[in-house]
Amino acid sequence: MSATHIQLDPQGRLLHFLTVEGLTRRHLTDILDTAESLRGVAERRVKKLPTLHGKTVVNLFFEASTRTRTTFELAAKRLSADVLNLNIATSSAVKGESLLDTLRNIEAMQCDMFVVRHEQSGAAEFIARHVKPHIAVLNAGDGRHAHPTQAMLDVFTIRRHKPDFPHLRVAIVGDILHSRVARSLIHALNILGTSEIRVVAPRTLLPAHVETLGARVFHDPGQGLRDVDVVVMLRLQKERMEGALLPTEREFFQRYGLTEDRLALARPDAIVMHPGPINRGVEIDSRVADGPRSVILEQVTNGIAVRMAIMSITLGNHARPAGETL
Amino acid sequence: MRDAEPLIETMAGQLRDLLTARGIAEPVLIGIHTGGVWIAERLRQRLGIAAPLGQLDISFYRDDFSRIGVNPRVRPSELPFDVDGRHLVLVDDVLNTGRTVRAALNELFDYGRPASVLLAVLVDRGGRQLPIEANVVGARLSLTADQEAQLTGPEPLQLVIQQTTS
Repeated sequence: MSATHIQLDPQGRLLHFLTVEGLTRRHLTDILDTAESLRGVAERRVKKLPTLHGKTVVNLFFEASTRTRTTFELAAKRLSADVLNLNIATSSAVKGESLLDTLRNIEAMQCDMFVVRHEQSGAAEFIARHVKPHIAVLNAGDGRHAHPTQAMLDVFTIRRHKPDFPHLRVAIVGDILHSRVARSLIHALNILGTSEIRVVAPRTLLPAHVETLGARVFHDPGQGLRDVDVVVMLRLQKERMEGALLPTEREFFQRYGLTEDRLALARPDAIVMHPGPINRGVEIDSRVADGPRSVILEQVTNGIAVRMAIMSITLGNHARPAGETL
Repeated sequence: MRDAEPLIETMAGQLRDLLTARGIAEPVLIGIHTGGVWIAERLRQRLGIAAPLGQLDISFYRDDFSRIGVNPRVRPSELPFDVDGRHLVLVDDVLNTGRTVRAALNELFDYGRPASVLLAVLVDRGGRQLPIEANVVGARLSLTADQEAQLTGPEPLQLVIQQTTS
């Protein structure tokens, strides 16, 4: 049984959110529509809904990520859940406690949801297989495999600007090879019926057989960016430079960095996205990142509503009629 | 099946008298999704209220989340005015247990502190489980627990009363 299957109940409803792969367009549009209803909460006097009042959400981060953890934390708090942040890298892992022992201990604190970030692919799925049935597990990034909530906030942001996926050209530029964001985003865009998905990268930063995911490959941004509606720049992780996959940051910027000149190749109303944190002058020029077509900060705002939607849907699908216990 | 328009006419008359009696000159109407919004829009036109209509979707405020989860058809709540100090009229189609109204009141107060809130419903079918009563009622029906009153619309607005199988 794959991650795709373990996250659905027999009626096909989302119990966990581990990967976008294998979900239906209906699953995705339900999340996007629910997120749309939750977006306004941030504008109100009381930025809180009572939906998850009395529930406990545990952020289980085996890999540091302040930004992602913060948006999950805020999402849970805006739904009135209690939030526990556990940075495992600095606690039990160093004491030699096994992952399962850690899980059992946290379960014993009567928690309802685990948000998992781990440097190994498949970690969130492993946890979903071993938790008690009332607990929902969300993948906040596992290795090179998936980052499904980021993909959902990306398509949410795209839909707010350009709702017509069947007539949309999207270019994803940069380090595709190491990017779980790119992988999840390609799946989500395909499920929503996006007309054309392009990946633009040097050969050394492309995974083998990337075409099989349903993306067109370009090595030259001069061609890859032409007439696209959306440009998604990926973060270039500096440690990749040491693996001899790349020349220098400066050379990467010269060949692939998103400058105003390169952006001019895209459609005049194209939007620019980036999952953050951005490396100014490496994958993106400051004038573009801060320019009028950048929706990078909007992505951050939207990430909260999208995560609130996924939390309330998955926990809601664990709901049981009165009298029926697990 | 019953045409809802005469009931809305009745509601409009009651609401007009009530607003006059209370000296409320500039009320704002807020419909509860979905039926309440249809009725509120008709009341707004009949009373010639200039202020835009508010719309509430109380899905995230329901008290049965742990039993039924999230309504996948939830829509955004929109209150295109400042709630503080305003006289609000909450409008719904069917008043039954009172739980929807409780949820709506909780949601309203997360937007601000209104001066007052009135409740106007098309049908009061009895069966209250909470201490909530309407100020304006289009019709009172005594239905049994296995009967259901439902408003269909938006055009035409009709009240359907049917036997539920469960």
